Amino acid sequence: MAETTAHHIPKPDREPPGSYVGVRGWIMQNLLSSPLNVFMTLLGIVFLWYSVPPLLNWLIFNATISGDTRDNCIGTGGACWVFVKIRFNQFMYGFYPSEEQWRINLTFAVLFIGMLPLMFWDSKLFRGFRYKRELAVFLLFIFPFLAGFMFYGGVFGMPVVETSQWGGLFLTLIIAITGIVASLPLGVLLALGRRSNMPVIKMLCIGFIELVRAVPLITVLFMASVMIPLFLPEGVNFNKLVRALIAVALFSAAYSAETIRGGLQSIPKGQYEAAASMGLSYWKMMGLVVMPQALKAVIPGIVSGFIGLFKDTTLVLIIGLFDVLNIVRAASQDPKWFGLAVEGYAFTAILFFVFCFGMSQYSIFLEKKLHTGH
Amino acid sequence: MSEQFEAPQTTSQVASSITNEVVIQMLDVNKWYGRFHVLKDINLTVMRGERIVVCGPSGSGKSTLIRCINRLEEHQEGDIIVDGVTLNDDIRNLDAIRQEVGMVFQSFNLFPHLTVLQNCTLAPIWVKKMPKGEAEEIAMKFLTRVRIPEQADKYPGQLSGGQQQRVAIARSLCMNPNVMLFDEPTSALDPEMISEVLDTMVDLAAEGMTMIVVTHEMGFANKVADRVIFMDRGEIVEQAPPQEFFNNPKSDRTKLFLSQILSH
Repeated sequence: MAETTAHHIPKPDREPPGSYVGVRGWIMQNLLSSPLNVFMTLLGIVFLWYSVPPLLNWLIFNATISGDTRDNCIGTGGACWVFVKIRFNQFMYGFYPSEEQWRINLTFAVLFIGMLPLMFWDSKLFRGFRYKRELAVFLLFIFPFLAGFMFYGGVFGMPVVETSQWGGLFLTLIIAITGIVASLPLGVLLALGRRSNMPVIKMLCIGFIELVRAVPLITVLFMASVMIPLFLPEGVNFNKLVRALIAVALFSAAYSAETIRGGLQSIPKGQYEAAASMGLSYWKMMGLVVMPQALKAVIPGIVSGFIGLFKDTTLVLIIGLFDVLNIVRAASQDPKWFGLAVEGYAFTAILFFVFCFGMSQYSIFLEKKLHTGH
Repeated sequence: MSEQFEAPQTTSQVASSITNEVVIQMLDVNKWYGRFHVLKDINLTVMRGERIVVCGPSGSGKSTLIRCINRLEEHQEGDIIVDGVTLNDDIRNLDAIRQEVGMVFQSFNLFPHLTVLQNCTLAPIWVKKMPKGEAEEIAMKFLTRVRIPEQADKYPGQLSGGQQQRVAIARSLCMNPNVMLFDEPTSALDPEMISEVLDTMVDLAAEGMTMIVVTHEMGFANKVADRVIFMDRGEIVEQAPPQEFFNNPKSDRTKLFLSQILSH
């Protein structure tokens, strides 16, 4: 038999059938693929038809925003945003004196602008910015003190504004940001401690995490506000807000620790071994190899925790702090605006949605940015 | 009577670079996992430039043996001396030894969150305190040597298994080790990719690197090894130069093993 070698010509690629691609393909596959699916699609359309127009009518088309008393809203059938408009300043700043509110605006503007290059480090705008590390150090370790001076005053001729006058969204953001920023590193340390080989450290971390997780946040806040002063000597007094900040940070750290521990457990043993075999010390191995991967793996869980923390800040009303929800509640009990609580709460809901949805979207953005697989 | 085995086919023998200088010494090393006695009275002396292939059935302790050399596993009895430094609880000794000894794993263990180049420069920068530019230069040199400089900016997840393992070899070489340990470096690879990794290892051997390789690639053993060690149940059963090991094995356990892995 003669030996011949056939030359293999690969088949060319073909386009997939029309029902699998494009708008038609998407509709056929996702909305109309089976009788049940057709039924569910119709049900969805009916639900939207009956719920969205009335909601929009109340929120926008029949709503009132002009004027400055509740009489402007009578008989419209829509929301009375006049209430929110008139009280807007209070909702944002609490009882912070209006002539000093520039201090808050300036500080948050600096924070916001400073965070942009770090949050979007990879974008065209910030790729050339070389001082990201310095900026991060500044924001984490110096800015909080500057912000404290700006808000409290008493330096550079700025009058003192007692923390009892702080309130509204301003206070909500202070508690949430402090809780988030402090709880992440604390959570990392607690998670590492819980996995440590050193029994004392391990037991301390387990004890702290389990104790804090076994108690409701309200209890922790109440303890921080009412119980701690009983144990302190006469005359020594921590500020109530500072105690709340510490309580929230520690509470959140215990939850973060467990989320991060989950991430640590997902890192294969081989990663530790490869790092160790190259001579990396424990902290370098954790900081350069293990933790970046573990944190990346638990971004959804961590951000979920932060969103929960953001909403839990409303519980500070139990110790008499006027966060945005509490101040809205108080304002809607004013006889001048009687009966407009729904507008106040709707406004608060939108406000919370904006922040929480923003965090959630940023977490998705981060996951995509940090994805290094196939 | 002795049964004859057909030695694996080889194209050419890699010239030996063995010297008289002892680089690793294991003296009466014993190790247990709980009550399981995994290494029994191991005595092994490795010369600088020597290439050793360790083979044996699974569970025979061959991986544990080489993992004891850089203390990924702790031994309980006996001494292990690497380049004159005794492995003990002293962290400084351990750090010194781990910088001297490179290791390549079965599952590559590249760091998936870092690019290929960053994988290679991580330890030189953070352990040896090398400036970034210099570390990158060295990394590119070794990536070129394992023939994948063009992948430097990719992430490990974007590479094939064979490419990943070659990166892992380059990553170890960047620390300029005196000894390289290979723990079944081709066992997790698709057959098409085994040879590209073995070729890299043959190149490395030809340059005179001291190597201890746990592998079932008997062709590689025959071509490169100065000595083949056969382990079973935690013991070194037999050790000999490859020609002698394959053509004239002494123990019946070795013969059985060879007949099983060379019969097809």
